[in-house]
Amino acid sequence: MSSKFQVMIIAFMLAAVGFFIVWYKVAFLNIPLTPHEKKDYFTISAEVSFSGENAPAEITMALPAQQEDVKIVSQESESGGFGFTISETEEGERAVWSKRSIEGKQKIYYKITVSPEPVYSYMPEVDTEAETVRPLYSNTLDTDAFFALWGEVERAAALNLIETVRVHSSGPLTFAAQLIDQLNHKAPSDSVKMLLNMEGEDKVSLITKILMHEKIIIRKVRGIYLKDRQKGRTLMEMLEVYTEKGWKLFDYEKGHVYKPRDMFIWQRGNDALFTAKGVSKPKLRFSVIQTQVPVISTIQQNIYGSNSEFLNFSLFTLPASQQNAFKQILLIPMGVLIVVILRILVGIRTMGTFMPVLFSLAFIQTTLLNGLVMFFVIVFSGLFIRFYLSRLRLLLVARISAVIIVVIAIMSLMSIISYKLGLTQALSVTFFPMIILSWTIERMSILWEEEGGREVFIQGSGSLLVAVLAYFAMMNEYAAYLFFSFPELLLVILAVIIVIGRYTGYRLSELFRFAPLGHS
Amino acid sequence: MIFFDRIKKLRANGVIGMNFRNIELIGRCNERSKYPLVDNKLITKKIAKEAGIAVTELYGKIEWQSQLENLHEILAPYQSFVIKPVHGSGGKGIVVITHREDDLFIRANGSSMTLTEIHTHITNILSGLYSLGGRYDIAIIEKMVEFDPVFQDYSYEGVPDVRLIVYKGYPMMAMMRCPTHESNGKANLHQGAVGVGIDIATGKATNAVQHNLPVTLHPNTKHDFSELKIPQWEEIMKIGAKCYDMTGLGYLGVDIVFDRNVGPLLLELNARPGLAIQIANNKGEYYRVKRIDQETQERSAEERVAFSMNVLSRI
Repeated sequence: MSSKFQVMIIAFMLAAVGFFIVWYKVAFLNIPLTPHEKKDYFTISAEVSFSGENAPAEITMALPAQQEDVKIVSQESESGGFGFTISETEEGERAVWSKRSIEGKQKIYYKITVSPEPVYSYMPEVDTEAETVRPLYSNTLDTDAFFALWGEVERAAALNLIETVRVHSSGPLTFAAQLIDQLNHKAPSDSVKMLLNMEGEDKVSLITKILMHEKIIIRKVRGIYLKDRQKGRTLMEMLEVYTEKGWKLFDYEKGHVYKPRDMFIWQRGNDALFTAKGVSKPKLRFSVIQTQVPVISTIQQNIYGSNSEFLNFSLFTLPASQQNAFKQILLIPMGVLIVVILRILVGIRTMGTFMPVLFSLAFIQTTLLNGLVMFFVIVFSGLFIRFYLSRLRLLLVARISAVIIVVIAIMSLMSIISYKLGLTQALSVTFFPMIILSWTIERMSILWEEEGGREVFIQGSGSLLVAVLAYFAMMNEYAAYLFFSFPELLLVILAVIIVIGRYTGYRLSELFRFAPLGHS
Repeated sequence: MIFFDRIKKLRANGVIGMNFRNIELIGRCNERSKYPLVDNKLITKKIAKEAGIAVTELYGKIEWQSQLENLHEILAPYQSFVIKPVHGSGGKGIVVITHREDDLFIRANGSSMTLTEIHTHITNILSGLYSLGGRYDIAIIEKMVEFDPVFQDYSYEGVPDVRLIVYKGYPMMAMMRCPTHESNGKANLHQGAVGVGIDIATGKATNAVQHNLPVTLHPNTKHDFSELKIPQWEEIMKIGAKCYDMTGLGYLGVDIVFDRNVGPLLLELNARPGLAIQIANNKGEYYRVKRIDQETQERSAEERVAFSMNVLSRI
């Protein structure tokens, strides 16, 4: 019994490992369990339009960086005749388009495809602080100088407001929140009213100035909502405040916000979103289009690539032709499992243990009905010729070789005739494994001679039944998808086969075979 | 559920299935390395002779295709003979020639073969058509068993044989296989031979089945099986027990035939004996297997036979 126990432990472990990996891939790598699952993609295109002035032109635009909640899947520039480069700045990458001389109206597009999903990075951003915690307004600028430009009354109003906010706050986070709240109040205080009415100042500039006065580190954020069919939009301006808990996002209207999943941050920092030299009427507009793509195609294109070590080691990383080969190969365990079940649990007799699997693989190529018809035509004509060959007293190897050649001849003849008749389906006959067919014919005829036609019928139809069932199991789109996306399911199949391999109970067929013993 | 009901009843009767046989009996008791002792009939003959068990006389063997050129001379001295593949199983490839008529060889089932047909048949044997795994094989020519007239009434066009199942050296179940017209003179149950369950204590028939259904009369000779009693029964049981000693295989099928002149002789051994014997006996093997598993002491072949006849036969 202990070896049986071992078998159970091994099988359990294999299955557990298999299922664990599947769970991991589904939960953390977002590989869907069904082949039809689709994912939302948003294509954000930035359209820069301008008129040429027959002068050298240079247009730059800030480019988004990879972020936490929205993944950049691809980005490309449609630059027309412009030279396109990407330059690194302190605040991130910028696209640079340049041309010696331009005329008339021009348009440049920059398209980014993103998907709203968490990005699992295995590289924690260690140097976030060092890099980003720097005041975005230049240090050399005396923040008090802002106020200095104002009159006495306004300065007093500002200090009054700061005092009120300070009383109600405990740190940068609450201070910023309170400040925005005060400025957006339905019934604003007198000092707020006065400040808002000041010429040359608005809510945004007031908030930034006051926060800077308080030595709170802030930076500008520009983003866009991921909603379908947006056209001619500008980016939404927001504010990030550096607190003890990192950067916090603020809306100038609503105060502190948690970054919504459907918001894509295009730019962080105080640099200009875009600059244009040597052109007139430059304009930057954004549009968003939503598309739905089957997840599997995105995985196959190896978009995950650098994202996960796990997927870097998956079948998806193989070249397309190999992927297709493995799609076929990974179906075989399903067929094998069917054979194991039908032989050990059901007790169907077949000719050759795994011959039915080979035929079902052929059926997949030919489609079932065509395959069966061709199978019968070849086997029956082969048997006929084999009976004649047996009278020629040939050695076994020579006889089987002769049958192989005859089978090939039958296959060629079938193809030619059917093609002339316009039945192109029969051309797929080439997918039949000729050698296996020949052996089948040989075995059948021997079986016929020795045990009679009845046994040939039983084993022949048993083989075909197994082949057809294996065919349906392997043709199952869902199974095919699962095995290709989760090859670790092979471990589960292995576990099942190991367990069945220790099954000592009756086969279904034995319940009938031993029926006379089941009465008393 | 009718299936569960059936399973319950089969269990209660101790019927074992193929999966149990493969894992618990063959897998556990039969060492692979010992298979050649039974799969190769030449080796079986040799070790049986050494163990003092009678076997059919070997006339000659044909190993090479070139030897067939002299086939006529090889067969010349014999009026009757049997051709077998050395690695054959389940009676495959066996041709029994009972006598000659002019140039023709007359088979046990009455059909005839020419010398060229025998030539072809041996060629097929040599190229591995009947051997396990399709390996190149050797053909042997043996003396035909002149079967004992005591079984005349229960056989048709062939030689009846006794099959013993020997578990760990204890002959635990027996049946006689009687060829019929339908089985074409062969002693294979699934081809229509009658399986007769034999009481291992006495050698008397207990039950008979053809195609899994109970029968009382031989379909061709119309003799009542209940009158069948195998002579020299203890002798036969001893042959079975000794076959364990000479092969070391714990689950063994032993096929014995009766020769008019020699008496019981060993025909063939099988390391993968079938389960039809349970149907012939209307009894499962399981409880006897479990009973034998309880026996721990070493016993001689004679002692094991006594144990089988006295103890196992009652289970």
